[in-house]
Amino acid sequence: MIIHAIFFYLFAGITVASAVMVIAARNPVHSVLFLILAFVNAAGLFVLLGAEFLAMILIVVYVGAVAVLFLFVVMMLDVDFAELRQGFLNYLPVGALVGAVLLAELLVVVGAWAIGPDVAHAITAPIPPPSAINNTQALGLVLYTRYVYFFQAAGVILLVAMIGAIVLTLHHKPNVRRQNIAEQVARRRTSAIEVVKVKSGQGLS
Amino acid sequence: MSIGLGHYLAVAAILFTLGIFGIFLNRKNVIVILMSIELILLAVNINLVAFSSFLGDIVGQVYALIVLTVAAAEAAIGLAILVAYFRNRGSIAVEDINLMKG
Repeated sequence: MIIHAIFFYLFAGITVASAVMVIAARNPVHSVLFLILAFVNAAGLFVLLGAEFLAMILIVVYVGAVAVLFLFVVMMLDVDFAELRQGFLNYLPVGALVGAVLLAELLVVVGAWAIGPDVAHAITAPIPPPSAINNTQALGLVLYTRYVYFFQAAGVILLVAMIGAIVLTLHHKPNVRRQNIAEQVARRRTSAIEVVKVKSGQGLS
Repeated sequence: MSIGLGHYLAVAAILFTLGIFGIFLNRKNVIVILMSIELILLAVNINLVAFSSFLGDIVGQVYALIVLTVAAAEAAIGLAILVAYFRNRGSIAVEDINLMKG
């Protein structure tokens, strides 16, 4: 139990500290790297909660795809980030005020809240004991049967996002000569070469 | 010393607040705003997984999976819009995005 507490405070502390650095770092590349650190430590929290599959998905999807995408965009766009930080401190008071009020409200809610007595009867799909069946299998047993439409909807969302991203970023420059494969394949000998009778000593004009 | 549901909810609340604060703090930088949104969604996911684990109901994890999918799609679309915008205007400052104001 003490090990659990130690690791909880370790992961939670690093997650919160790197989240602070995400919003406070001067260089956006550093922000992205701290975002990766926050995600990895949140994955550690998920492992502590017994959701190993989601922890691994968090690392694969967020660290492997989303954060690298952020890094790619930050490095690809030639933006003067120092200029974007002008007036950084102007918004600090109102932001701090809103943040403090929000955090106080959320912590009050967290502190003065209890699970209702009827919740135990209302559980939809109980988690099987980890000794009998592991987390990935338990999730799959529910996800592919009762929530298969959610699963399909997630796939459709990803498809739409993929098509949208391609449509938004793909553009053809007008002055670039592109390969026309159909034209190349449709070429025949008659249109490609020509046999010319050359009289000796005259050459081709 | 025992770690309960409240501890995880407190961590999620702090992360959520940091995300909101980041949106206020980096009002000019769209990339950091997108990262703040990712932090907010991460806080939501921690909440969902914590409730799922402590109530013993695996549906919370299914929902967290859906939230994760939506977050990934949102990041991809947001960054694609950002790249298209930068290509047209040569800047990503938020206060330049006012063409629709008329």
